Amino acid sequence: MKVKLDTSALRRSKWYEYLVRFVFGGAVTALAGIVAKRFGPELGGLFLAFPAIFPAAATLIEKHEKQKEERAGKDGEKRGRAAAGVDAAGAAMGSVGLAAFALIIWQGLPNSGLGIVLAGATLAWLATSVLVWKFRQIVCRRFRARHVRANRSNAMQSRLNIASHHGPSTTRRFDE
Amino acid sequence: MKEVLLRFVVGGVVVSAFALLGDILKPKSFAGLFGAAPSVAIATLILTVATEGKTYASLEARSMIFGALAFFFYAWLVSWLLIRRQRPVLPATGLSIMLWFACAFGAWYAVLR
Repeated sequence: MKVKLDTSALRRSKWYEYLVRFVFGGAVTALAGIVAKRFGPELGGLFLAFPAIFPAAATLIEKHEKQKEERAGKDGEKRGRAAAGVDAAGAAMGSVGLAAFALIIWQGLPNSGLGIVLAGATLAWLATSVLVWKFRQIVCRRFRARHVRANRSNAMQSRLNIASHHGPSTTRRFDE
Repeated sequence: MKEVLLRFVVGGVVVSAFALLGDILKPKSFAGLFGAAPSVAIATLILTVATEGKTYASLEARSMIFGALAFFFYAWLVSWLLIRRQRPVLPATGLSIMLWFACAFGAWYAVLR
C-alpha cells in the first residue's frame, strides 16, 4: 500500500477540532512539567509518552468516517469504529519508534547538543515506526495469501468429497 | 505560572502540528504512526534543557521509554476493542487509559523508583 497525502481531510475538520487538540496537547505538556517539578524527573518523564490527544483524535476519525459513509447512504457506525481501530494499530507501531526516540535522548543528551540529539531522535522515531509498519504489512500480506490458498484448497477438497459421496453421476458432472 | 503557560502553548503548537500531519496522510494505519509522535516530548525537552539542564532531561527520557511501552499496550488494547469487539470509541479509548497508568506506574515502581 502506497503512502499518500490527502489534504481534503483538512477541509472536513472544524476549527474547534483543532482547538481540542491544542488544548489537550498543551495541558499534557504542562502536566508533565508540573509532575516532574513536584515528584522528580523519573515520574514526570513517564508523561512524555502519555496518549494525550489519542481519545480526541480517535473520536474525530470515527466521526469523519461515519459522516462519509452516511453521505453514501450506508451505516457508518461499524466503519467508523474500524477506522479508529486501524489508527490505534498504527499508534501501537509508532510507540515502538517513541521508545527508540527516548532511548536516543537518554543516551545522547548528556554528551551532545540538544539540537543534534533531538533531530537524530526524531529521525529515529520516524525510521523505526515506518520500518515496523512496513514489516507488519509484509507479514499481513503473506498471512492473507496463505489464508486464501488454504481456503481455496479446502473448498476444492470438500467439493471432491461431495462428488465421491454422491457416486458416479455427480463425479461425471465435475468431469464434464 | 509563566513557565506552565509557556509549556501549554509550546506543547499545544507541537502536538497540533503532528496531528495535522497525521490528518493528511493515508492509509489510516500509516497516519496512526503520528498518534504516537514524540510531540509532547519535543516540547517538554526543549524547555526542560533550558531550565533544568541536560542531565535532568535525560532522566526524563529514560522514564519515557517505559511510558512508550505503556503506550504500546494501550494502543494495542484500543485497536483490539474497536476492531474485534466493536466497542464505542470514546469509552474504549478513555477507559483504556487506566492500562497506560497501570503499565507506566508499574514500570516506575519496579525499575525506576
